[in-house]
Amino acid sequence: MVTLTLEHAYEVVAAVLDPEVPVLTIADLGVLRDVAFDDDGAVEVTITPTYSGCPAMDAIRTDIGRALTDGGFPAFRVRTVLSPAWTTDWMSDEGKRKLLAYGIAPPTRRTPEGGPVAVGLSVRCPQCGSPDTRETSRFGSTACKALWVCTSCKEPFDSFKAI
Amino acid sequence: MALGNIGLDLLGQARSLLSYAAEREDVGRTEDDLAFLRDERAFVNVQMVEHPNDDFAVTMARQLLFSTYQLGLYDRLQTSADETLAGVAAKAVKEVDYHRDHATKWVLRLGDGTEESHRRMQNGLDRMWPFVDELFAGDDLERALAGDGVAVDSAALRPEWDAYVDGVLSEATLERPTASWTGSGGRRGVHTEAFGYLLAEMQHLHRSHPGASW
Repeated sequence: MVTLTLEHAYEVVAAVLDPEVPVLTIADLGVLRDVAFDDDGAVEVTITPTYSGCPAMDAIRTDIGRALTDGGFPAFRVRTVLSPAWTTDWMSDEGKRKLLAYGIAPPTRRTPEGGPVAVGLSVRCPQCGSPDTRETSRFGSTACKALWVCTSCKEPFDSFKAI
Repeated sequence: MALGNIGLDLLGQARSLLSYAAEREDVGRTEDDLAFLRDERAFVNVQMVEHPNDDFAVTMARQLLFSTYQLGLYDRLQTSADETLAGVAAKAVKEVDYHRDHATKWVLRLGDGTEESHRRMQNGLDRMWPFVDELFAGDDLERALAGDGVAVDSAALRPEWDAYVDGVLSEATLERPTASWTGSGGRRGVHTEAFGYLLAEMQHLHRSHPGASW
């Protein structure tokens, strides 16, 4: 018998995978903003889109509903908020490690943590680790990625855009 | 691929704005009703965005001119007294910044490229220039809302727009065109011929199969 605690609801929702980058959970991505119980005891999940037109949002809403139902939470509501606007700085370190292992260069940090950050940090090749890479297209297969190629190992790869 | 991604961002922004418009209107219409069931004269967009993508240089000219305008607009709307508009703007400003950067790079590459690419890029600018003034024309409603801190007075965006666009044109060795005529009326529902075709393509499926979903 699973107790229907807030911690359990959070665990269930946080494990939902992003449909376009299925190694990342919505918690890794920073898309999941909050899980709470409302006054009637229903689970209220708050999510925010990565990009205004991200087509994965509908699938994510459906998947959250399915996960909660399977987890024993029959009453729930998924709320989408735009503000504050999502930033790649919300991606967890664990998420960045998973992206790299999946072959996608993780986003560089935009907001410096305790000090200035170098501008134009090079993107490291997720295959061979070389910093000797170049951008081949500002846009890629999804809104959140750009196309790059490694000058050392010659492999093309996706890079997560830092926004 | 770039235009597809840019289109997706713009579609997302439009959905947020149309949903909010439907909510404020409060007569039971939805974002879909506003997008698919309004006729041409009920759309109040500027004419520049109606031009078909029939020539890459013309499209890049439009992207540069329009995204520079959008960036200034959304940047100021981030501090709108209306929280929803401010939220949509804070999201859009990051996306539009990227769009402008993409257009800028192409205008530089084509303008300062070969003789042929330079000629085509200049032609693209010349064709889009008549639609520039309308971006900054504004109207009484906009000025009243700007006075309340809700909207932005378009006319105030012009100096910054001029400075950025002139900088790009100069670096791209392109000439700032002089328009021999000026498009106007989009905000009053008067559109170019191209708009009817756009609407027909966008609306026909929804109107042929009312209430369809998948």
